[in-house]
Amino acid sequence: MELDEAREGSRLALSRALTLVENGLSFNTEEDGMVIGVTGAPGVGKSCLVDRIATSLAKDGIKVAILAVDPSSPVSGGALLGDRIRMQSADVDDLIYMRSLATRGESGAVPSVIGNMASLLKECGWKHILVETVGSGQAEFRIAAVADTILLVEAPGRGDSIQAEKAGIIELVDLIAVNKSDLPQAEAAASDIEQALSAGSKDIPVMLVSAQTGDGVPELVQKILEAEGQSMTRPKWREKLNSEWMRQLNSHPELENILDRLEDGSLNLDEAITNLRR
Amino acid sequence: MEYSRVAIHFNERLRVWVMPKPLRIVIAKPGLDGHDRGAKVVARCLRDAGHEVIYTGLRRTPEQIVRTVMDEDADLLGLSSLSGAHGHLFPRTCQLLAEAELAHVVVFGGGIIPEEDRQSLFGAGMRAIFGPGTTSEEINSFVDEVSSRLQQNESIGSGEENDWRWGA
Repeated sequence: MELDEAREGSRLALSRALTLVENGLSFNTEEDGMVIGVTGAPGVGKSCLVDRIATSLAKDGIKVAILAVDPSSPVSGGALLGDRIRMQSADVDDLIYMRSLATRGESGAVPSVIGNMASLLKECGWKHILVETVGSGQAEFRIAAVADTILLVEAPGRGDSIQAEKAGIIELVDLIAVNKSDLPQAEAAASDIEQALSAGSKDIPVMLVSAQTGDGVPELVQKILEAEGQSMTRPKWREKLNSEWMRQLNSHPELENILDRLEDGSLNLDEAITNLRR
Repeated sequence: MEYSRVAIHFNERLRVWVMPKPLRIVIAKPGLDGHDRGAKVVARCLRDAGHEVIYTGLRRTPEQIVRTVMDEDADLLGLSSLSGAHGHLFPRTCQLLAEAELAHVVVFGGGIIPEEDRQSLFGAGMRAIFGPGTTSEEINSFVDEVSSRLQQNESIGSGEENDWRWGA
């Protein structure tokens, strides 16, 4: 019984139970916890910063789980999951659990099984969960479906101040970390972002950090722990609904069969949807 | 919740479908050598064959590798070494896997492994050793063979009794 052993603290059983959930088994929990979504464009330093945050929490005796997402190949379905390269603390610290995930059949940056996997982790005593998204940029709203707190990671030299004015994930975030504060343009980037945000109604802290040196990390972790957590607003419910819909579609037993039939032309799209609804 | 390594099945007790899953394969670099071109090529070839490959990065200890295999719930582990330390690092990793209740994980190796060293590595539970010049087709054939043996519930993990090995 994987689940009972996982609840009692077996790491091995937890891993196996997570695999079942990742493969489509539904799981919900009443347990409280804190899911922290970490998003931002490729190369801004999400993985390194997640490693720093996890290490800092673990140092204070807090158990922390990391779910790190990388894209699956749309052609072969395979994936190269490389987040562990930059998350070495997870290899040694008993208070850190780290799992790499592929997006599998989904085009979003946050696979729909994440919510269920986070529930399982909470149930097994891992109350602090860091979810690192693929990092495809502005379109990462889906993280709002699972995260109680969303941290956007930025870095200097990523375009002019108008980037921060664009609609997108920035409207849903609770905290912004401008990484690579050891680089000269970091302060300018942070103040560009602050200016863009000043026109809005929400008070979003912008913090300078360096995942390289560790500067600013303790302050960032403090802010994360203090964050009140998002209430379930309409945009969040929209993402949750979208995500659950996607999960059910992707775990439908007939899905592969229907894709085969779409491919060979024996089914059209409307018929496919009718079949899936059955 | 019953755990199964076999793809596509309906769990009668839970009344749910358990989806076919891609194989999860950890590619690891134990020891101190800094040459990972080969490991990256193998990772890429397995990715292109539809598997989920977790690459550890350079210079990992056997303990770290076993932790990675456990957290990632991997089915296979590929070890790469070009430093000559395979005779210690590979068997040590297999031994630690067994101690961590991960005897079912199928372990293979690659790098600069002299012919005369291979028997003892097979003896330690490894199922294949690939040297320079190995084609990606051969590696994929090996993984396909592993996959079909696992689906038939054959015990071919590094800590399980079985005489099968690739190319024997």
